[in-house]
Amino acid sequence: MIEQLFFYGFSAILIFAGVMVITARNSVHAALFLVLAFCTSAALWLLLEAEFLAMTLVLVYVGAVMVLFLFVVMMLDVNIAPLREGFIRYLPVGILVTTLIAVELAMTVGARRFGLDIMPAPVRQGPEYSNTETLGLALYTDYLYPFEIAAVILLVAMVAAIVLTMRRRQGVKHQKPEQQVTVRREDRVKLVKM
Amino acid sequence: MPETPLTLWASLPEPLVTVLVILFKITLILVPLLLSVAYLTLAERKIIGWIQVRMGPNRVGFFGVAKGWAQPIADLVKMLMKEFIWPRKANRFLFVLAPIIALTAAVGAWAVIPFDDGLVLADVNAGLLYILAITSLGVYGIIIAGWASNSKYALLGAMRSAAQIIAYEIAMGFALVGVLLAAGSLNLREIVLAQQGGVIDWFWLPLFPLFVIYFISGVAETNRAPFDVAEGESEIVAGFHVEYSGMGFAVFFLAEYAAMILIAALTALMFLGGWYSPFPDTATETPMIGVLLGPGIHWLVLKTAFFLFLYLWFRATFPRYRYDQIMRLGWKVFIPVTIVWLLVVAVAVMGEVPPWFNHPL
Repeated sequence: MIEQLFFYGFSAILIFAGVMVITARNSVHAALFLVLAFCTSAALWLLLEAEFLAMTLVLVYVGAVMVLFLFVVMMLDVNIAPLREGFIRYLPVGILVTTLIAVELAMTVGARRFGLDIMPAPVRQGPEYSNTETLGLALYTDYLYPFEIAAVILLVAMVAAIVLTMRRRQGVKHQKPEQQVTVRREDRVKLVKM
Repeated sequence: MPETPLTLWASLPEPLVTVLVILFKITLILVPLLLSVAYLTLAERKIIGWIQVRMGPNRVGFFGVAKGWAQPIADLVKMLMKEFIWPRKANRFLFVLAPIIALTAAVGAWAVIPFDDGLVLADVNAGLLYILAITSLGVYGIIIAGWASNSKYALLGAMRSAAQIIAYEIAMGFALVGVLLAAGSLNLREIVLAQQGGVIDWFWLPLFPLFVIYFISGVAETNRAPFDVAEGESEIVAGFHVEYSGMGFAVFFLAEYAAMILIAALTALMFLGGWYSPFPDTATETPMIGVLLGPGIHWLVLKTAFFLFLYLWFRATFPRYRYDQIMRLGWKVFIPVTIVWLLVVAVAVMGEVPPWFNHPL
């Protein structure tokens, strides 16, 4: 009973935040509403006893990804008016893409595949049950190859991003901390007898 | 029928009783915490004063004695009386929300801190993750404050803080992974139980690099000197909270000190054996002071106080890091060191190296 109340409460906030993300005029407000959406979905996952996923969602998305997002968004000086031009012109394409995505979503996560008869509500586990441990075991045994391949792909993407953005400029004076810490007194101070 | 408080209590519905008990426990944690915050500010001013050969606060006392001891109360009254100033064109909602978020993050993490074996508000099995998640929310207080203030200096402070906290959170997370590997559990109580024994058995020794990195990253996470570029009073006035006055400023202050105590307590729990005593078990048979020499909450408090002293000591002795130096230390020194040491810990755990890892997980 209380759980259902919580569920509907969080769901309502989640949907409200989701709508606000796309309707808010100020991009910083939109990003903050996205943070709210992440937090409430973490709460929903907690209700499902998926504490590892819930905590990681907050930790990774709210604690790191969205902070970087805000970092960028706050420094943007966006003029809204030019962005709103051509709304009618792009409307048909927009509607087409939206319908496509909605249909795809309905086909993959609809009642046919994830209905209550196919995926019944998970059993309540005791306090000794550790979601983290179960997830870890599954990832490193049954799904070892997909997991490792995904990790390698992410690593490659990261290295590629760094290589693409790194540029060595000529003639820049860099600090060399290793030389700074190994400096000796004799190199800098000379006692002169007067 | 006369209603004594006891019968009234028994007649309450069960869910309400549970909620009331939890609220009571929260008060039991929060009141000492806030008192510690108040007196930590006094301790800071006194200790830094002594380090710099000054007296520190020495005027406001109770009834003419204990000069200086009423300083936190005087400060609090002053803050309460001050006017709350709204910057023009500031976003009102976010401007008020920012200090609240900062305080929530700093105080909320205390829910899973075990003070003694079994003395914990919420004994959850993903405690370490919870701590990481909640403390990572603290940066929002700073970023939102910086943005909502509609001030250049505040925004600069917020930007600096965002970059710094992202960098050090990774090192901090890796240090915690080391602890998790060593203890074989995410539950903070079990992490302390895994360190049962004397000084040698605590995790500071096998995880020494992680221990040092965790505490330094903790100092950086709480925006304390020498990592206080988010405030940087000599460059950007007071950084993210430059526009706050009165209680808004006081709440930021509270959050900063509560986060400091949290980091100190966590370091004590994860690396210095929490409530375990450094003396051998036989010390409990000592007459008179035997109880004090055994394990107990007082050891946790003592260890926490030690780390808090380190905080103040750092502030009094180190010059502020420059922004690029902070980034270099975080990304190029701490993160590689933690990753290497994780490998060492993993090998040690697999090899069941005594005396730390030879017990069954």
